[in-house]
Amino acid sequence: MSNSAQAEIRREGETAVVYANEYLNKITGEKIERECRDKIAQGCSRLLVSFRDTEIVNSIGISILLGVIDAASGANAEVVFTDVNPDTAHLFETLGLSRHARIVTA
Amino acid sequence: MPESEQKLIHTFSALADIGQEVAHKYNFHEMIRTSFHLLLGSLAIMRGGIARYSRFGHELNFLAVRGLGDDFPVSASIDPADEREFLTAGMSAIEASQAKMLIFFQRYQPFVEKRGIELIIPMIVHDELVGLVMLGEKASGEPFNSADRAIVQAMARHIGVGIYQRNLLAELERKAEQNRRLYEEMRLTYADTVKSFAAAIDYKDKYTEGHSVRVGKYSELIAKSLGWSDERVEGVAVAGYLHDVGKLTVEKRIINSPTRINAKESAELSKHPVVGYDILLPIHHPYTDVPLAAKYHHERLDGRGYPDGLKDDQIPYIAKIVNLADSFDAMTTNRPYKARRPAHEVIEDLQRNSGKQFAPELVTAMFEGMLDELEGGSEDKSFRRLLGREYMEAEGIIPMLRNALNGINATGPLTLVASE
Repeated sequence: MSNSAQAEIRREGETAVVYANEYLNKITGEKIERECRDKIAQGCSRLLVSFRDTEIVNSIGISILLGVIDAASGANAEVVFTDVNPDTAHLFETLGLSRHARIVTA
Repeated sequence: MPESEQKLIHTFSALADIGQEVAHKYNFHEMIRTSFHLLLGSLAIMRGGIARYSRFGHELNFLAVRGLGDDFPVSASIDPADEREFLTAGMSAIEASQAKMLIFFQRYQPFVEKRGIELIIPMIVHDELVGLVMLGEKASGEPFNSADRAIVQAMARHIGVGIYQRNLLAELERKAEQNRRLYEEMRLTYADTVKSFAAAIDYKDKYTEGHSVRVGKYSELIAKSLGWSDERVEGVAVAGYLHDVGKLTVEKRIINSPTRINAKESAELSKHPVVGYDILLPIHHPYTDVPLAAKYHHERLDGRGYPDGLKDDQIPYIAKIVNLADSFDAMTTNRPYKARRPAHEVIEDLQRNSGKQFAPELVTAMFEGMLDELEGGSEDKSFRRLLGREYMEAEGIIPMLRNALNGINATGPLTLVASE
């Protein structure tokens, strides 16, 4: 379950699953980056960001995802973007995020 | 959608958002953080920082950073020569490889190179360096092309305006604070001057030493008891301190006469309210009615006072307060021809003359103030300090004050009785 006011993050073994939703596109989305850093510090080696409920990603969202990538790269953790719609996947490709994270389209 | 078109829309959305952010965000640090995200996210730039420049300390302070590492300095000094270079370059993005001649770059080269900083953009607004933007590589790994540089320069310009506005606001706040302090100093200077005047007036009259200061204090206590604002209380106190300033022109021999003065001398002495008014009128007082208090502090509600024989509503309110304070002090201090009267007599006198000489609500306010102090309702011990503890705590004073208050309140506005 996700909503636009709060990012949901849960841990499944060594994987942290983050539901980005619209929260990602606002300054409050910085919390996602902080939570991801926390999960990595707690031993997660895989960050899975779900875009199931995310229609578009704006520049703030891209920046926050870069923060997630930055957090993961420092700990050699893998980053996967899942349930990405084709337009967003295309944007990630164009901007070069696909070089740093695996992208799984919806 | 073609790749270039989608990228263009994404980038221009960021540019539009940053303009809105700078124009409408009231929280400066949130504006910087949001703008920083928009800047990095517009071209998917992996790392960077925004620093604000202080001209006074020649120092850069980083307000937002991403991916520069924990060892990156949060503040960095800039050589004045570098500042000139930045101003000459304008807002053009400087490639890190071209920045090696800058003293600043040489000083921080290890950090800049270690973190892969590729572009440095000075933020210049109205020919003033307000900060720097540093940007690392793009996620795509491609170098910044001319279009990219134009985009980040435009965004940096917006952020620079935001910083400039903040600097202006900070400068305004600093000046407002400076003015507030200056005003406070002037107010204290004025208060000291007024007290010096009061001391000068009292010095002339050896029998009533400290009279002006006490009248100022009693006036203040009455106004406080009326619940007036601090500023109005201060104004009344000043009026009390200066009420007898006209006595400076009266012969010392008359003022210090150990016996009752004759009619001619009395006429001379009676001029002091008008003379005081003339002295005080040209002075620009921060409070209103100070000269009027001096002029009319010997008027009575029943019209039998001087200099103009005004009645009740014709008498400025401030003068009524000073009149009560003045009379109270005259009754409670020793004079050459008259010993101070006991407290119960003074209370009776004030009660009896309430509505004739004194405004009833002012007598009430004074009694309430005294009672409040005696019953411990107020931490202020001013009446005790001015009158002496024994005098204030004389037996039967508390019930007498209570009865007097009931009497004044029961008879209602005694001014009406007096006028009849």
